[in-house]
Amino acid sequence: MSKMVEIRWHGRGGQGAKTASLLLADAAFNTGKYVQGFPEYGPERMGAPISAFNRISEERTTLHSNIYEPDYVVVVDATLLSAVAVTSGLKKEGAIIINSNKSPADLKPLLDGYEGRVYTIDAGKISQEELGRNFPNTPMLGAVVKVSGVIPEDKFIADMEQSFKHAFASKTQVIEGNMKALKRSMQEVKGL
Amino acid sequence: MGIRERLAGNEAVAIALRQIDLDVLPAYPITPSTDVPMYYSQYVADGKVKTEFVAVESEHSAMSACIAAAACGGRTATATSGPGLALMWELLYVASGTRVPITLAVINRAMSAPININNDHSDSMGARDTGWIQLYSENNQEAYDNHIMASRISEHKDIMLPIMVCQDGFITSHAIENIELLEDDKVKAFIGEYKPAWSMIAGKPVSVGPLDIPQFYTEHAYQRAQAMKNSKKVILDVFKEFGALTGRKYDLFEEYKMEDAERAIIVLNSSAGTAKCACDALRAKGEKVGVIKLRVFRPFPLEELAKALSHVKAVAVMDKAECFSAIGGPVFADVRTACYDLEKRPQIINYIYGLGGRDVRLEDFTFVYNKLDEVVKTGKSGEIYRHLGVRGV
Repeated sequence: MSKMVEIRWHGRGGQGAKTASLLLADAAFNTGKYVQGFPEYGPERMGAPISAFNRISEERTTLHSNIYEPDYVVVVDATLLSAVAVTSGLKKEGAIIINSNKSPADLKPLLDGYEGRVYTIDAGKISQEELGRNFPNTPMLGAVVKVSGVIPEDKFIADMEQSFKHAFASKTQVIEGNMKALKRSMQEVKGL
Repeated sequence: MGIRERLAGNEAVAIALRQIDLDVLPAYPITPSTDVPMYYSQYVADGKVKTEFVAVESEHSAMSACIAAAACGGRTATATSGPGLALMWELLYVASGTRVPITLAVINRAMSAPININNDHSDSMGARDTGWIQLYSENNQEAYDNHIMASRISEHKDIMLPIMVCQDGFITSHAIENIELLEDDKVKAFIGEYKPAWSMIAGKPVSVGPLDIPQFYTEHAYQRAQAMKNSKKVILDVFKEFGALTGRKYDLFEEYKMEDAERAIIVLNSSAGTAKCACDALRAKGEKVGVIKLRVFRPFPLEELAKALSHVKAVAVMDKAECFSAIGGPVFADVRTACYDLEKRPQIINYIYGLGGRDVRLEDFTFVYNKLDEVVKTGKSGEIYRHLGVRGV
């Protein structure tokens, strides 16, 4: 098996972490990869902690478990840092990307001694400004593609518009705002 | 060449059913199967199919409507999960006893109580003796392919039995993965036109569902049992034809690295893929391990499985259903029966695992292979009825 990239998403029910993982799977699929995108289903309540997962590889994987040793972790809601062990199993060669208006240096002490790279992106602000509402998943998607390099950026941008058309077939008015949010997050994500 | 796509298992099933273009699809929603009729109702609304979509008030009615549609000579299917399948119970027997072809997409879910929406096989394993053919699917591709093949098997004049196509709820039904679809016209050509041997609306009067007095009931049960026995050949013929069309070759079960295997794991559905990964890792260290993935559970491939296990030293049968028999799970019971007539029987242990959505990891199968190694080295099976990863015992 050539290198497989595994990504774990942490969010709260209703924030779109699941949708983001499915959109990332779409985007990677469009670059010719084999993909998995799936959420962990539990008692679904708005605001409850949820996880979603991606595997992206050059060959099909037959593995059908959750992801325990991810290359990247995406935290869609920074309040989860004190509620969920988000860095559990996270590879130190990888990175964690957190939705926050704070700097990576500010958040690093909250990460249980995680030694790898730490990134923050103010996805809430970008979402408010570009979509008029707090849907942080699209900016988080842009940030994870930027940080992980799992998909070539230009190809990603070109394909996302198609994916948004697929995902928002009945809400076409939100496609432009989502594209702006995506591009901004790729520029504004800050790393340590 | 096929169409490269990425789909969750449920949408793949809905697409297969759209390509088949059913005459009637009655449905009552239940998690995690709801997507199937949801997508299909969209196809109906968009005019992509000619199907009569019947929104019924329960699963019992969904299966009743399927039986009625099939008795009128229609192609029909529905989808359900867990408690929904349980509510169909009475009608499952009516469907097979009436000898009508119906395809049922079972998106496997644990049985209540306690309420659990997640995956295990206690629903379809509970329905294993209802006279339905059962196919199991490792991933979205197999779920799609099995549905394309299902009506050919079910409608065959020597069979005329309903068929369940099972896949794991959420694990594959809600996971997006790559898939290769067939073009609509190829599916249409493969499926062919359904010409039922009899129909309630064909002009010639027939009586459906009458009383069977003791002088006839046994003979009808015997005929149904013969149809189930005969279905193995038809299933293999349809698999072969599908393989020639798509390049995807299927058998009653898949043998993965079994040629020289001394230890084997027998498993169904999505966990089979994870077991293969564990097998690969141990093979890389030179260990002689393999996986058998059952694809057809009813009819049970007894002779074939016995042959495949004849050179194996120890077998672990994985049951994703606790059937409370006090002697092990349903797959275990049948596999053990299959080995009874072997001159040299493997030692066989049973693991109940992955209940109610408990995540099944590569390490779980490594653990099982290691346990099999102990069995081989000591020559003792020990406790044969085991539960994997139970906490607090």
